[in-house]
Amino acid sequence: MESDVLSCEVHKTLGAFKLDIGFEADGVTALFGPSGSGKTSLINMIGGLMTPDAGRIALDGDVLFDAARGVNVKPWKRRIGTVFQEGRLFPHLSVQHNLDYGRWMSGLPADAKAFAHTVELLDIGRLVGRRPGRLSGGERQRIAIGRALLMKPRLLLLDEPLASLDTARKAEILPYLERLRDDAGVPMIYVSHDPGEVARIATHVVRLEAGRVVAAGGVDVLPSI
Amino acid sequence: MFGLTPDDWTAVALSLRIASVATVVSLPFGIAIAYVLARKRFWGKSLLDAVIYLPLVLPPVVTGYLLLITLGRRAPVGAFLADHFGIVLSFRWTGAVVSCGVMAFPLMVRAIRLSIEAIDRRLEEAGMTLGADPFWTFVTITLPLTLPGIIAGMMLAFARALGEFGATITFVSNIPGETQTISAAIYTLTQVPGGDVAALHLVIVAVAISFAALFASEWLARRAAARLHGE
Repeated sequence: MESDVLSCEVHKTLGAFKLDIGFEADGVTALFGPSGSGKTSLINMIGGLMTPDAGRIALDGDVLFDAARGVNVKPWKRRIGTVFQEGRLFPHLSVQHNLDYGRWMSGLPADAKAFAHTVELLDIGRLVGRRPGRLSGGERQRIAIGRALLMKPRLLLLDEPLASLDTARKAEILPYLERLRDDAGVPMIYVSHDPGEVARIATHVVRLEAGRVVAAGGVDVLPSI
Repeated sequence: MFGLTPDDWTAVALSLRIASVATVVSLPFGIAIAYVLARKRFWGKSLLDAVIYLPLVLPPVVTGYLLLITLGRRAPVGAFLADHFGIVLSFRWTGAVVSCGVMAFPLMVRAIRLSIEAIDRRLEEAGMTLGADPFWTFVTITLPLTLPGIIAGMMLAFARALGEFGATITFVSNIPGETQTISAAIYTLTQVPGGDVAALHLVIVAVAISFAALFASEWLARRAAARLHGE
């Protein structure tokens, strides 16, 4: 029944906005839609930062949320890495400690190989000794991706990771995201309203509009650019 | 030194001890109350808020009187503490710690609370997605980001405690070597003819201590702010 990595069916009323979304995901699934279509709320529900009114969320057959059975796994126990739009690096910690944070908090042993691999994948070696306040927007997002990867997540959520960057910085990050997809072996949910970006990164696309799924499939469901 | 008599030095040392102990002892409570007021919603919150701020608006002598009738040797709470724990506060320097702590508490809570309210809670959410439960989120994110407020709050509390007079003299009187702080010593000196010159020396010391505390906290706050902005 659940061959897909993530199975998600959620309902939530937020003021006048109603969200009713069901989808399955594996590989790199893009949640594509205009702002206000419910993408970020959906990401927060998968990550556990927002509780749906009803529905069910399961990851690798492991139920994270089930309203009918009263299951709601706390966000810190979900092992879902999240890369936020604004990076959200911890300003009081060095880059090194930001990268180590998820491992510490998740109680994982030190893994020099994984660390070296992530540093190489994202090309952040020369940033490790710095402090977050001294990084450019693009560098900050790469550290945020590294931080999420190093907690060894079961799923990686990327919530418009490029939205706060200008075109040049986007072009700088996109190749890293492609490497991440081809190399890291972590299933990803990629949220974006940019069809060009989605076409480059995603293998599956779920199109959202006003809190509903309007189409799902391959990159062919994207509007023509 | 500075034309101070040994008795004056005793008063200075006692003031510093009382103010330091009052600041340090009230800090954990200050952080806890500030956190609760900044983050939690509960029944009776405005009442708690009012009670905390009461010493700021009440005449200090009234606060001292209230302490006397609750914590005094024969008062209900005071008798209980004395009989069961051997803790006597009235006419002791520890009582001065209590009165100074109570008077300084609203200032401390206010500074820390403002700092907690200014924290970007999305950073705490990011910590949770990385596996930090609420306790560790507080210890590794909330608390370090509150540091500027904690420093400011401690500084304000220390200064307030150092200058406390009314509540302290009402609660624990003015006993040289036990409860006579700088303020009380200055007051005592000005009550005797020709004592104002001797009082001036203490006044100069009080000004010097206040300046030193102010500079130290400014320096600390600037360092903390620089670190918190990730530089």
